[in-house]
Amino acid sequence: MSLSYLLRRILLVFLIIWSAATLNFFIPKITPRNPLREKLMEQASRSGYIPPGFEEMVKSYEKKFGLDQPVWKQYLTYMNDMAHFNLGYSISNFPKTVPELIGQAIWWTIGLLTATTLISFFLGTLLGALMAWSRSSFIFRQVVPSLLVLGAVPPFIVGLLLIYLVAFKWQLLPLGGAYDTTNLPTWDISFFLDILKHSILPALAFILTTAGGWAIGMRGMMVTVQGEDYMTFAEAKGLKNWRLFYKYAVRNALLPQITGLAISFSYIVGGSVLVESVFRYPGLGSLLATAIRQLDYFLIYGIVFILIVAIGIAMFIVDLIYPLLDPRIAYEGK
Amino acid sequence: MTVQSVSTQSLPLPARNGEVSGLRNALRYLRRNRQLAIGLGILVFLILFSGIGFFLVDKNTAYALGAPAGKAPSWEHPFGTDGQGRELLAVAVFGIWETLRIGFIAGLIGLGFGSFLGFSSAFFGGWYDVVVRWVVDVLLTVPGLLILVVIASTLDNKSFTLTRMALIIALTAWMGPARTVRAQVLTMRERPYVMMARLNGMNSWGIIFRELVPNLLPYLGASLVGSVTGAIFATVGLAGLGLGPLREPTIGVTIYWAMGQNALLRGMWWWLMMPILTTILMFVMLFLVSAGLDELANPRVRKTI
Amino acid sequence: MSDYALRVKELDVHYYTDAGIVKAANKVTFDLKPGERLGLVGESGSGKSTLALAILRMIKPPGRIAHGQIMLGDTDLTKLSEEEMRQARASQISMVPQGAMNSLNPVMRIQDQIIDSMLDHNLGLSKAEMVERANAALEAVELNLKVGRMYPHELSGGMKQRACIAISIAMSPQVIIADEPTSALDVVTQRQVMQTIGRLQESMGSAVILIGHDMGLMAQFVNRMAVMYAGSLAELGSVQDIFNHPLHPYTQMLIESLPVLGNRGVFKGIPGITPLLRDLPPGCVFNTRCPKVMDVCRQKAPVFKEYTPGHWAACHLHEK
Repeated sequence: MSLSYLLRRILLVFLIIWSAATLNFFIPKITPRNPLREKLMEQASRSGYIPPGFEEMVKSYEKKFGLDQPVWKQYLTYMNDMAHFNLGYSISNFPKTVPELIGQAIWWTIGLLTATTLISFFLGTLLGALMAWSRSSFIFRQVVPSLLVLGAVPPFIVGLLLIYLVAFKWQLLPLGGAYDTTNLPTWDISFFLDILKHSILPALAFILTTAGGWAIGMRGMMVTVQGEDYMTFAEAKGLKNWRLFYKYAVRNALLPQITGLAISFSYIVGGSVLVESVFRYPGLGSLLATAIRQLDYFLIYGIVFILIVAIGIAMFIVDLIYPLLDPRIAYEGK
Repeated sequence: MTVQSVSTQSLPLPARNGEVSGLRNALRYLRRNRQLAIGLGILVFLILFSGIGFFLVDKNTAYALGAPAGKAPSWEHPFGTDGQGRELLAVAVFGIWETLRIGFIAGLIGLGFGSFLGFSSAFFGGWYDVVVRWVVDVLLTVPGLLILVVIASTLDNKSFTLTRMALIIALTAWMGPARTVRAQVLTMRERPYVMMARLNGMNSWGIIFRELVPNLLPYLGASLVGSVTGAIFATVGLAGLGLGPLREPTIGVTIYWAMGQNALLRGMWWWLMMPILTTILMFVMLFLVSAGLDELANPRVRKTI
Repeated sequence: MSDYALRVKELDVHYYTDAGIVKAANKVTFDLKPGERLGLVGESGSGKSTLALAILRMIKPPGRIAHGQIMLGDTDLTKLSEEEMRQARASQISMVPQGAMNSLNPVMRIQDQIIDSMLDHNLGLSKAEMVERANAALEAVELNLKVGRMYPHELSGGMKQRACIAISIAMSPQVIIADEPTSALDVVTQRQVMQTIGRLQESMGSAVILIGHDMGLMAQFVNRMAVMYAGSLAELGSVQDIFNHPLHPYTQMLIESLPVLGNRGVFKGIPGITPLLRDLPPGCVFNTRCPKVMDVCRQKAPVFKEYTPGHWAACHLHEK
């Protein structure tokens, strides 16, 4: 792998994280709203009266969060905090910190998204390849393609439909959540199966809607690849059908798909926020939805920041895998 | 070989000799491009549904307490009413219209700005191109929905109008078109007809408008559909999360209330069905139009369903 | 046992398109003895490459072999099952591809691309023996053994073409079809690659069909030559026959269009363009451009027949 490729990728990840942090810092600054004040006011009004020292209270909180400093200084402090994942306190769950709350939720999200993205990617890619392969059976060339239209619908809408049909009408699977909350979590097989059972519908919502995209991309690439000279020559070499398919056609058509995988993380994560909140799956998406409902700003910004960092890291991993699959990339930039 | 070009030769790009034959050509083309035909058909249906609906339903019934609450679909309430007393038919009429409007406003702004950036960066190159490319690459990896969440959560619900929502969503709708247009212009710039124009002394803008834009049109169309799709996804998604004007009768807001008020547990399946089905209809429409435009732009790669 | 390495009899290849039937090859007939080199010339679009693909039975729908026989030794290739045909490819009849620049799988090492073809042909060889054979093939085309461990993008154009040849000859096929094997190379490399093909073919005793459009280059390499026009053979004969007594006006014009040293500046082209294969004129396909066109040429297609031993042509001028 060439050094320049690696450096460019690192720079990209760094820029993504930096711009996410910066957006998080500046967007709230340009609006007239004062989250601390609003929150304190809300709490105060809930108790029925505004305490005499209210303004002092706001001031002391602002000092605590460093809001009385000049903007550039705030920005530096903020960046320093971000670099140390020091994301502050949750306003609604005080004294819990934002990293604590995120730490509880993030593994659910990572687990669900990693599994569904991998399944959807490989399933969709394989289906797309079979759809384009001239020697495929009738089913792949004529029937399966009509399922692609599912890829048009956002995952959370399909999620709602699944909740209605499978969980509500037929009562086959739970309506939501990650595990049965009536039982205390015990780390054994039945708990694991329970988790699996709860994850089927959210996973299905994802796979059904995203696999189509992979299939369409792969089909297009396969059509292109099948027109390449090396495919004609490979056939003239008397290769078996499966070798032509996997080692020549799929192997080459896969490369742009991998690039697509890196780019798609933003869509996947964006979609997961909604799917999770629809299923009340206790990941970052649901946490974000709750935070929005409670106007818990630091939690909102913290989750958005962490999600973008996660996307950056996931992209970086894919970027590191890519050169292993494409020997030509090592020569890029030389 | 020679054979492959046969089917592409009769690609009927809009004819210029009179509108009648142009229309007839377009119709004849639609008969072959079934996806585009069905997609446009659904779009026309949705517009007619809202357009005619405006005259038949009372807008007030689309707001909370405008109708009896929790009624199942019947002759009187074709789509039923929700738990807070909204006539769901009226919500569908206004919601579809508003959702499409937001989508097209945001999509058009995004396409306009994005194409400008894509064109200029591909055409002028240099450091400007480098900067644009990096900015687009970085912003494309950040989920637009999350940026919008941050922006929308800092805005007051009271000052939030649907048009303002469209403008905010447009902020995240330009990166896709910028990338597509840049890539297309880069490949077209090297094509012989552009080289000929350049050799003949046509200036940059002349080349852009007389040689590149006509050839880019199908791509611009597909890009627009892409931005509109993204924008509609964003508006439904944001509202579904509880951001934006929650009192307005839109599709996303209906989903938010239906989920928040446990529509299913209360047995009001129709409360959820209306937004689900209308959303599916809108997205399938956009998908078909986009696939159809793809085929128009790229007839050799068969993308028919 | 047949005396011929390959006999093609009245081969028709048709493409069934929306715009009508495209006749890419019409009643193509020729034969090839072991060790013989046959050149196939024609303009672009005359159906040379289609013919090569047809002999390997690699015509894709909507095209197919509509009629005719392809006898490889004693077996008719058109009668084989898909699986038998696959086995025959590369081991008995192989192809040196036209676009060497893109004919190798970009994500596979050269050695693996030689071996995978052997793997799929039940040769009963161990992995080590296959590596040995692959190395022998690389040596035979004068490539360094290190090339086997390299990827296509690390090779020059000439090296890629040699690697393709190594793949094509690795199983010593009886017939090698070389489809413009040197068209993408510079003149010096062209000559070297042609010499390599010639040397290998002699040592293996295989027959070669060399496809190209450069009659001059071809004349130095082949024993016999076939001239193709719009999907049909116009003339077939020894190089001497073709150059000294061309029968078909098209062949005569092709020879006249060759540049001659000492006669610089005079360059004769052939007026008109090749007809579209899907819209061939009735009668002789060359009648739209032929300077000696007669009435009969516009009504009846001439029969491809032998006028003097080994010298065939399809032209009404010579029919009695």
